[in-house]
Amino acid sequence: MAECSPATRRMLWLVLSLVFAFLYIPIAVLVALSFNEGGLPTAWSGFSLKWYASLAGNSAILSAALNTLIVALVSTAIATLLGTLLAIGVEMRRHYGKGLEALIFAPMIIPDIVLAIALLSFFSMINLTMGLHTIILAHVVFNLAFVCSVVRARLKSFDWSIVEASTDLGASAITTFRRITLPVIAPAVIAGALLAFTLSVDEFIIAFFTAGAGRASTTLPMQIYAMIRFGITPEINALATIVMAVSITALTLSQRLNRGIAGQ
Amino acid sequence: MTRPSRSSLLMAPALVWLTALMVVPCALVLALAFFRRGIYGGIDYTFTLENFGLVFDPLYAGIFLNSARIAGTATLIAVVVGYAAAYAITAAPRRWQPVFLFFAVLPFWSNYLIRTYAWIVLLNREGLVTQLLRWVGYTGEPPSMLYTEGAVIAGLVYNYLPFVILACYAPLSRLNPELAEASRDLGASAMTTFRRVILPLTVPGIAAGAVFVFVLSIGNFVTPALLGGGRFQMIGNLVYDQFLTANDWPFGAALAMALIAIMLLVLMAQALAANRASGRTAEAQGNANG
Repeated sequence: MAECSPATRRMLWLVLSLVFAFLYIPIAVLVALSFNEGGLPTAWSGFSLKWYASLAGNSAILSAALNTLIVALVSTAIATLLGTLLAIGVEMRRHYGKGLEALIFAPMIIPDIVLAIALLSFFSMINLTMGLHTIILAHVVFNLAFVCSVVRARLKSFDWSIVEASTDLGASAITTFRRITLPVIAPAVIAGALLAFTLSVDEFIIAFFTAGAGRASTTLPMQIYAMIRFGITPEINALATIVMAVSITALTLSQRLNRGIAGQ
Repeated sequence: MTRPSRSSLLMAPALVWLTALMVVPCALVLALAFFRRGIYGGIDYTFTLENFGLVFDPLYAGIFLNSARIAGTATLIAVVVGYAAAYAITAAPRRWQPVFLFFAVLPFWSNYLIRTYAWIVLLNREGLVTQLLRWVGYTGEPPSMLYTEGAVIAGLVYNYLPFVILACYAPLSRLNPELAEASRDLGASAMTTFRRVILPLTVPGIAAGAVFVFVLSIGNFVTPALLGGGRFQMIGNLVYDQFLTANDWPFGAALAMALIAIMLLVLMAQALAANRASGRTAEAQGNANG
């Protein structure tokens, strides 16, 4: 569509500028306010890092951050292992049913609130005390599906006859995996893990329902939600800026790795 | 070991996990919907269809319609704006397109709560929009923009627009430019060419984007809670209330199942639309190449 009239072209640029303004102004305002001495949108009273400093002294936020890190790291580790094995298993077979496909796809599209109440009902029915461990169990469900889809995309172009050749030449299954399959899928596995980590760090509703009573297992998004409900404080802006920076960095890295694979 | 059995072994841990922590809990919720609520908020294990009847009670059916209207409006706006943006990106020089696309999707990667919170900062009584109005000379009462249906819709559009841009960009960028050229050469106006050639060929992207926005919007809990201030109940909030405040789990379960049913219907409609469109695409591209 290169041949547009100049008038159309101007209009398209206008559309693009407006859309980008719409997408970025809210975020930009938030980030700017986090550095505003006064902390309020009413006036700019000078650059300051004091809201970041006050975050560092807020024990509720620090413990929520630690909880989030624990949940994200453990659920990512489990999901990366299970998701990768699942991806290899699925791609190995030439035929698989629609049911299997649906089961793997479901965690990615099931509404959060439905999975949240389902797990809450389940955990309370089996009398499992809820806490960080139940959030981890829950997060692995959707995380493994996302890892699996990233790794599967990589395996689509994988030539399985290399694996057969390696086995024919006497290599054990483990050696074949370590020397052939793993190097091929490694970038996708790391990309999937980064995606899972970000999803877990950002996830709110399922964690909220499966954290159980008490503040001990409050995660960062739960803490942010409580703070927003309580009222706007400049501290949220600083916290929001940090969380956004972490997610965006992790996902940009993940995309890069994936792009790198596609370019090979 | 044969390949199928090795494959089963590799898949087993994940499939067990998904079965134990997704299939079984979801089946449990489905079963829960057929029981009665206990007197003290527990569950009374006698079979009933009351909960599903209650879903169609005018009070709750109203909330369903309300949710569908809000989600539908957000979907419509997101699709129109997202399509226009995707179209504009495909009109940009080739080497710039990935850059634009990257920055269109980037906000989508930040925390959902935070993106919603950003709108509270913009729309609250002393927020940025009020400040801007003051700056241009407005002196009256600050307009109430937060805690309105408009705020909820704006929040939903804001959160899901990047995905629509991505979904619409894919078919638009693959479009054979010769098709539009041929249509113009045959005397069709730019508008007709768009309506009769470009639009029908990009239906799969539009459908994918629309389904995504609609499904995520109608089950949304965070946006109505934060930007609607609890005044605009949607199905997600209703489910939340039944489980965490009203303590009527069976009814909450029936609501959740209704949500899943709506989602499945929408997905089926999309599959149908995509099927039809793929036939049309193959035909059109085939004719253009032949």
